[in-house]
Amino acid sequence: MNLVLVEHADGVATDVSLQALALAAGLGGEVHALLIGPGASGAAGGVPVAVAHVAEHPALDAFAPDAWAAIICSLADRIGATAVVAPGTGPATDAMARAAVRVGEPLAANVTAVTAGTPLSLTRLRWGGSLLEEAELHAGRALLTVAPHTVAAVVAGIPGSVETFTPELADADLVVRVRDHVAPPAGGVSLADAKVVVTGGRGVGSAEGFAVIEELAALLGGAVGCSRAVTMSGWRPHTDQVGQTGNKIAPEIYIACGVSGATQHIAGAKGAKRILAVNTDPEAPIMSIADYAVVGDLHEVVPAISAELRRRRA
Amino acid sequence: MKVLVCVKRVPMTGGRIVLTEDALAIETKHLGFAVSPHEECGVEEAVRLVEQHGGESVVLTLGPADAEEQLRDAMAIGIDRGIHLVTGGEEWDPEATAGAIVDAIRADESASGPFDLTFFGNESADSGGFQVGLRAAYALGRPCATGLKSVVVDGGVVRCEQEIGGGRDVYELPLPAVVTVLEGLNLPRYPSVPGRMRAGRKPLEVTTPTRPESRLALARLVVPAGEARQAEVLGRGADAAPAVVDLLEQIGVAS
Repeated sequence: MNLVLVEHADGVATDVSLQALALAAGLGGEVHALLIGPGASGAAGGVPVAVAHVAEHPALDAFAPDAWAAIICSLADRIGATAVVAPGTGPATDAMARAAVRVGEPLAANVTAVTAGTPLSLTRLRWGGSLLEEAELHAGRALLTVAPHTVAAVVAGIPGSVETFTPELADADLVVRVRDHVAPPAGGVSLADAKVVVTGGRGVGSAEGFAVIEELAALLGGAVGCSRAVTMSGWRPHTDQVGQTGNKIAPEIYIACGVSGATQHIAGAKGAKRILAVNTDPEAPIMSIADYAVVGDLHEVVPAISAELRRRRA
Repeated sequence: MKVLVCVKRVPMTGGRIVLTEDALAIETKHLGFAVSPHEECGVEEAVRLVEQHGGESVVLTLGPADAEEQLRDAMAIGIDRGIHLVTGGEEWDPEATAGAIVDAIRADESASGPFDLTFFGNESADSGGFQVGLRAAYALGRPCATGLKSVVVDGGVVRCEQEIGGGRDVYELPLPAVVTVLEGLNLPRYPSVPGRMRAGRKPLEVTTPTRPESRLALARLVVPAGEARQAEVLGRGADAAPAVVDLLEQIGVAS
């Protein structure tokens, strides 16, 4: 029997949690779910598992990763879970790593496929998805996180039963907990949600050079992105960076201007439906990744696209 | 205050990853190496903290003899000394890595006092295990917050900010503590020429730990089969603009 940590928002299990359920189902045997925190009991009603366990405790109103780890470990023990699976989000990965240390087991992060057996065979992401690792997990209890958006989600459904319990939490498990939340700055289209992302790379040449990128993004109601080379040069803030160590984007079209196409950059743009590259070098790596290309200097091409858009709107 | 930052040497892979013949590693013959990006920000933050509060900063790595390059890079921007846990170049899994680092921290602390704050990257750029910092924190019995974009030390407390859904969650940890950080924490400085000169003379302690058996055993690496495509060229220079706008209209994002 396998246990899945199900994250939820606004009273509904998250998509990535339903993806984790799908991977766990592939291990065979019954699947149980664990939901923690405010809104857990409401969300439990939409999780298609044999038993949805809901941990309720006043101290769990704020995220406390050590407390989550303690709950994961004690529930896994109680129900005799052979594997514990969680979505590969920041908070769930954090809690699973703590759980792994507590039970003295390895943790395999960002798994995309598993084959049951002893040892368990799995595939996981390296380099933000630019490379895959096939590995064997030798563990008493397999602890896995599932790489987001690599496994098809299960359809939401009704659990066999919902069991609510109050976990025992030590004071030490509440030292690390969220004390405050700072709201996101208002306004602007976020890179994660933008339908169009216009990114500038090293080829833009300067901070001022981004004016043409900003102009095109604004005309298309999109967001401005940049490559790591740009961030490290201080031309744009890191919050604009697309890539393995920056934002992951999933626009209808990604317009990459003066970007060479290093694997670490593309790791952040894998979700894009289409890529249009604007580059002076027809041999740049981006050209074998992009769907469309314009060969030329972005400082000529990008303003011409903006002008053409304006002309057609006039 | 006394600050430690743990870093990993990783190859700069560029446009396409090429594997060795046995598919157990990346072919690095023609590649340069760097400190994994998150940790580069950890190094910068450690230097800034000691600039602000006084004390000593130390950089540690577990890696091949060549990883001295990354330790000297960190010393070149202001880290005071280094600890090198030398491996034979084979891969160490997260449990083994954390175990060796904890042994080294304990040895260093018994000789020269405890580290108030220890930095790790949230995950390494290459193997991406997401756990070495937490494993070390648990072994040392210190609180740990992960995935941080802001770390501020005030008195005996470190205030940490973690990006979540656009906003930020705030943690406050009592020192001594362990933090795992993300790129974007700061903008790392470039080393100066005098900094590089000084780095060569800074103390470096070298030990050779023994690698335990891995419980997450690598079978082979696979470069994902990307759709090998050649971009459809819409045109050259500014003359391509009408074709680009046609495309934007066709997919419904032009208006």
